[in-house]
Amino acid sequence: MSDTEVETDPEPSASGAMRDSGAVEGETGPEELADVSLRIENLRKEFGGIVAVDDASFAVESGTITGLIGPNGAGKSTTFNCVTGVYEPTAGTVYFEGEDITGLAPHAVANKGLVRTFQIARELREMTVLENLMLAPKGQRGEALWRSLLPFFRNEVVEQETEILERCWETLDFFEIDHLADEYAKNLSGGQRKLLELARALLTDPEMLLLDEPFAGVNPSLEERLLTHIHDLQEEGYTFLIVEHDMDLIMQHCERIIVMHQGKVLTEGTPADIRSDEEVIEAYLGGEV
Amino acid sequence: MSDATDSQGLAGRLWGRDPVKVLALLAVIYAVYIALGLAIGFEIRGQINSIATLTFYIGVFGIMALALNLHWGYTGLFNIGIVGFMAIGIYTMAVVSKPAAETASQVGGLGAPLWVGMLAGMVAAAVLGLLVALPALRLRADYLAIVTIAFSEIVRFTLLSRTFQEFRIGDRTIGLGGGSGLLLPFNPLQSFLDVTRLNVLQDALVGLAEPIIGGNADAVINSFLYGVLLLVIVAIYYVVLTRIGRSPFGRVLKAIREDEDATKALGKDTNVVKTKAFMLGCALMGLGGVLWYMQSGAITPNTFRPRLTFFIWIALIIGGAGSNTGSVMGGAVFAAALFQGPRYLQNLVESAVEVDAPSNFAGAVAPIFDSLSVNPFLFYVIDNVRQLQLVFMGLVLIWLMHNRPSGMLGHRKEAAASVSLTRRPAGQTTAADGGRPGAGGGDGDE
Repeated sequence: MSDTEVETDPEPSASGAMRDSGAVEGETGPEELADVSLRIENLRKEFGGIVAVDDASFAVESGTITGLIGPNGAGKSTTFNCVTGVYEPTAGTVYFEGEDITGLAPHAVANKGLVRTFQIARELREMTVLENLMLAPKGQRGEALWRSLLPFFRNEVVEQETEILERCWETLDFFEIDHLADEYAKNLSGGQRKLLELARALLTDPEMLLLDEPFAGVNPSLEERLLTHIHDLQEEGYTFLIVEHDMDLIMQHCERIIVMHQGKVLTEGTPADIRSDEEVIEAYLGGEV
Repeated sequence: MSDATDSQGLAGRLWGRDPVKVLALLAVIYAVYIALGLAIGFEIRGQINSIATLTFYIGVFGIMALALNLHWGYTGLFNIGIVGFMAIGIYTMAVVSKPAAETASQVGGLGAPLWVGMLAGMVAAAVLGLLVALPALRLRADYLAIVTIAFSEIVRFTLLSRTFQEFRIGDRTIGLGGGSGLLLPFNPLQSFLDVTRLNVLQDALVGLAEPIIGGNADAVINSFLYGVLLLVIVAIYYVVLTRIGRSPFGRVLKAIREDEDATKALGKDTNVVKTKAFMLGCALMGLGGVLWYMQSGAITPNTFRPRLTFFIWIALIIGGAGSNTGSVMGGAVFAAALFQGPRYLQNLVESAVEVDAPSNFAGAVAPIFDSLSVNPFLFYVIDNVRQLQLVFMGLVLIWLMHNRPSGMLGHRKEAAASVSLTRRPAGQTTAADGGRPGAGGGDGDE
């Protein structure tokens, strides 16, 4: 029954929403984005007979906060995992900053500057908050075994560690969690863990952050803080792609929104476009308006 | 004990230092053993002998627990094939360093210097560690456990096999000796003392001891000195591993232990790091095997049964996985209380009362019901203490798991960084400017 409703919908956006509707309206077609950070082309991921991501294509513009929404099972997390190298896509290509990163290992993707956080915060439990943060920076010379062992090279490592420590304290101040520096990460509240994860991801010097439900289980005041941080960071030039269930939140804070449904990209556009898109309402709200 | 009389502050500060903890523990252990020795009625010779044996086991268990701590405590690698790497170490060393066979019936070696053999033992253990690690480290933690224990048994059966008992390389007959084992004609202690010119000290000690303990004093003194040498090696292991732990490399190891996926997501190539840590630990285990057996005169493959692996695990668990100081202390406590302790207790009881043990279990239990006499049962227990040792160990493990799963020191925060994290760096006085998270050059903001 709901099908017929869509079919008989008089608005033209219904049939070709995936690519055309944006283009028709002007500035929003994927090819026309000013400066693309992340581009996914015909991404496909199958698990056995199940198609989790079905030829999804979208692009994320540099310096924006882009939302990725869709009902449960829409393929958002699988897309994330394909982009960040956790899964190898069955088909399709992932470009980051113009470079093909399809099938790279997770650590290699992160080192390209595309860093993710997890849906359930993955704090390193039996390490202190400060240790969690100090792990993150890239290019730590002391990560080579011999350098951290041999006396002469050790000084070099200590020097870099002092710099890293200072950066970590600055980050702790920025996120206002400096009082927790010496606490085990496992003792943090759910919201604080999300802050820690974001802080840790930032310390890797990313170009772009993929946040998987950063607000799940976070109380409203912390959520406000997280959002403020994200906006501040955006002003500094970071790009964000955020998976989130909370429609209102996404509508308010994202410049562009990508909607997935049953493994496909249903539509993408500005919040205003999405709000008025019948298909989205159909998919997301099950037809009730 | 003496620092209890000092001012509280000084005692507290001293106690805060890890070497003090270890030394205090060793002092207590030695005091108890000397007291027990006196109670048993050992002569001085017997005392020195028992202390030497105790020191030897404290040393080897300390060494092995430290090596295992790198695998399990830091990286979370569940290696239960320790004994296999020890066997590889000592057997490689034997084959490389044994002199060429003089008669046809003997199994000879390649005749390289001792240190070359020791190095070869470490390298062989590391290379086999790599072979084990390559398929297993990519899988879940428990697969590594299965692979390693299988590996250690494969090593033992290989050593037992007739195929490798003897073979020829060029014109030399070398081999692994099969079931009858290998003779080890080494005197590592003497070589070491001669090279370092410490043999002066040795001669002095022997000269000093001769009048007191009678003839053949050098055997007693040498076994004591070997124990001391092992303790020095424990200290070296400790310094090396602590250095690794307190470095960015150690931080990645800890992160892998906590959550490998999250570590990957932060751009760390965990497979490479895990493989490095595993190989290094295996090399240290190989060297541990060399140090354990090289002065024992002979080795047979069946020494290297999995039970030895589990002894080392118990030592680490007692001390606290994740802490190097804890590993040393765990090794000492295990050696003194669980490994040597029961045998000592047996000696003590046997010297105090006439132990008239029944020959079987029925004989031990029956009198309890017949005449309410528990003595035969107790005697039976004392008489079989070596077998019951394993039961004690099991009980201690169960108790630990319930009451102190993190061991003596496993609960401690030992920061994985090469700089002190406790205080913020000088010059970072105000947070008023809010600080910027590094990316755009955090230094420039100041």
